[in-house]
Amino acid sequence: MLTAEYLLQMKDVSKDYSGNRVLKGVNINIKAGEIHGLVGENGAGKSTLMNILFGMPVIHSTGGYEGDILIDGEVANPKSPKESMELGIGMVHQEFMLIPGFSITENIKLNREITKDNLFSRILGPKMKTLDFKKMGQDSREALDKLGMSIDEWLPVAGLPVGYMQFVEIAREIDKDNLKLLVFDEPTAVLAESEADRFLKIVRKLADMGIAILFISHRLDEIIEITDNITVLRDGEVVSNLITKDADVHKIAELMVGRKIESTNMDKIFKEETEDEDYILNIKDLYVDMPGEVVKGLNLKVRRGEILGIGGLGGQGKIGVANGIMGLYPTKGEILKNSESLPLNQPKKSLDLGVAFVTEDRRGVGLLLDDSIEHNIAISALQIKEKFIKKTAAIRMMDEKMVREHALDMIKELDIRCTGPKQLTRRLSGGNQQKVCIARALTLDPDIILVSEPTRGIDIGAKKIVLDLLVKLNKELGMTVIITSSELAELRSISDRIAIIFEGKLEGILAPNASDVDFGLMMAGEYGKEGVS
Amino acid sequence: MDQNVKLDEIKTKRQMTSDYIFRFIVPIVFIVLCGIGYNLSELQFTFVLNEVITRLARNSFLVISLIIPVIAGMGLNFGIVLGAIAGQIALVFVTDHSLGGLSGLLIAFLVSTPLAIVFGYLVGQVLNRAKGKEMITSMILGFFANGVYQLVFLVFAGTIIPFKTEKLIISTGMGVRNSVDLIGVRQALDNVWKIRPYQGLTVPMSTIIVVGLLCLTLTFFLRTKLGQEMRTVGQNMHIAEVSGINVDRTRITAIIISTVLAAWGQIIFLQNIGTLNTYGSHEQVGLFAVASLLIGGASVTKATYRQALLGTFLFHMLFIISPMAGQNLMGDSQIGEFFRVFVAYGVIGLALLLHAWQKRGKK
Repeated sequence: MLTAEYLLQMKDVSKDYSGNRVLKGVNINIKAGEIHGLVGENGAGKSTLMNILFGMPVIHSTGGYEGDILIDGEVANPKSPKESMELGIGMVHQEFMLIPGFSITENIKLNREITKDNLFSRILGPKMKTLDFKKMGQDSREALDKLGMSIDEWLPVAGLPVGYMQFVEIAREIDKDNLKLLVFDEPTAVLAESEADRFLKIVRKLADMGIAILFISHRLDEIIEITDNITVLRDGEVVSNLITKDADVHKIAELMVGRKIESTNMDKIFKEETEDEDYILNIKDLYVDMPGEVVKGLNLKVRRGEILGIGGLGGQGKIGVANGIMGLYPTKGEILKNSESLPLNQPKKSLDLGVAFVTEDRRGVGLLLDDSIEHNIAISALQIKEKFIKKTAAIRMMDEKMVREHALDMIKELDIRCTGPKQLTRRLSGGNQQKVCIARALTLDPDIILVSEPTRGIDIGAKKIVLDLLVKLNKELGMTVIITSSELAELRSISDRIAIIFEGKLEGILAPNASDVDFGLMMAGEYGKEGVS
Repeated sequence: MDQNVKLDEIKTKRQMTSDYIFRFIVPIVFIVLCGIGYNLSELQFTFVLNEVITRLARNSFLVISLIIPVIAGMGLNFGIVLGAIAGQIALVFVTDHSLGGLSGLLIAFLVSTPLAIVFGYLVGQVLNRAKGKEMITSMILGFFANGVYQLVFLVFAGTIIPFKTEKLIISTGMGVRNSVDLIGVRQALDNVWKIRPYQGLTVPMSTIIVVGLLCLTLTFFLRTKLGQEMRTVGQNMHIAEVSGINVDRTRITAIIISTVLAAWGQIIFLQNIGTLNTYGSHEQVGLFAVASLLIGGASVTKATYRQALLGTFLFHMLFIISPMAGQNLMGDSQIGEFFRVFVAYGVIGLALLLHAWQKRGKK
């Protein structure tokens, strides 16, 4: 047999989560010393693929996967993170796996501490061995030097700038003797520009040392700059294997987004914004401190009676916008509704002023899961608008009869499939739960409805019904709909305009029928830079 | 590069955030309280010193037994009550077999150890199922264990469990007497080496040496592989798990060590007192030990043996002076007593509150 040409081969890897196929026959080959880029939209299957590579429990507790992972030409198929570590696969995590209270050395050597014997360890076993801090320090120094870091190896990690934390993570991986393949998951997302430059140089250096590198990033210019080969994933399939020399940002962007929408929504006419238009909502310089979805200085105008889509990649801040308008996270800036200022950080005021919100966290904060459908529908209006209240001898009581009638109306109108208004919302399917959330928002008689990730975690049939419902609300009741979603296709199918958020700011607004390239570029933050024709 | 600048920034930042005064606020307040109380009590210095040293030797071991679970991120282990129970069972056992002296005491240590390991294992198993709620769970486990203990000592002793020494059993032949005179092991450890540097001042050197050895062992332990694993688990369970540490097992080990140390601590405590209050000695152990540790400036997530020793010192100082201070100030020694109880519970409540605030601040 040939000596293995590739260090890592993934052959025909497929995976489904309870019937939902998220990876379909993925093939990836990486040579030693190669930097291989992996790009794709959210939900394209990148993280699932990495979880498989790392033998994460989430894969094996959901029925494993099909296909093979070959290391140096031999079938390896790691079944636990430990096994994959032993195979020489390392990973620099997106959220750091560092312990803030420990020093850099202790973190680099986490659970791989160098120990030496003492009297007690001879009696009580290896767990009683003393840590050899001196040697650990030396090893860490060596690893840090390889990265060109002059930082003191005994400093605590807490308080280090994020860029340094990233380097500490890398140092930990290269300190492992058997490291063959290093995976970077969105490594530059947290880095400042100068740090990112330095980081890319180091990645190059690592590759020159003979380590294969799998580089996942949304920043396409980086991918082009650093990688040798690129694999583009879309909807769990490899749509293209490119040699970086032959690729450019446009091409990748187009491949990433792909043509996957029906042309139902292509007849909309896109108008540029003008000053004297009737804007129902005018957001000026909005900052929202929502963990993981920070908004940093967003300016956005929403026309009365339109469906505005808000898109962008995960972590860029699109979810933060709606949460900020509702005042659910600390917010600053200015929001004008009908030219009147909307008080910030006061959810009740926002609701009072006719803004309703359907949260992205349906099961967490969206529903009272152990309460009935009718109560779930009525609760907000009961609290905010004092609807459904009757007075009996000066005691304010909930009017059960009115609540029941209203719930029955809503169930009929929105076609909520249930056994009756008394059914607990926990027992409903995802799509029907979402309808209950929407019903509650509607009960407030809003003129703006903010909908976040309305189709997350619900099946395709229900998706369409929920989206149709939003269109119906918009057309028949003239409600302004602001829909936030990770699925671009969904936004393109119903929105009048789509705002793309990148790094907490508005990158641009596109018509739903704009080209895939434009969407791809905008989501990667490349739109302004390139001067697209 | 700009590394040097950044490092300076980190260092100053650290100093600012650590905010020294705030960190030591609890011990400082108690030192002031003790100072005022001492003046008010008008007690003789030698008397107070003698009492404090005796109590320090008596209680430190128990307080130090709390440290390891704190480091392993399991909070304050109120479950040391179970360790105390193991110690008491061992003491009743040696008294029943009329074993005495230092050898009798050593046998008590030996008997208590396997019991404490079993108890610790059970507590650890329960606490692993109640992650994040360890403190309240261990407290309730203490109450529950107390119930089982009473059942065994009141009903089974003398009936199912045979006793050699009849006078340990109530005259009806069922149940251990309310108080057991530990004639054999009374001050067995203290008496090994005692010095009397002044009139009215007795220092139990041997006991103090044992406590000192424990502190040394603890310091050593934290520098071992297992100690490092416990610190890792204490800091972040998820990261520990990902880096291949068996989190559940580490946590159980921490609780077992704590329970065994508590059993030994209770034996040291009781050999000094000399009488076992069969149904009462263990009840307040968890509470008082926890209060001592917290007064020393420890928190739910951080504790050292220095804090344990300082806290024990201050807490018991308050114990000694507050009745007299109350007597002199209000004409009623009961007032001082009330104050002390208020302090014991108050400081625990305050420490938990501070912890909750700090946690929220971090977010």
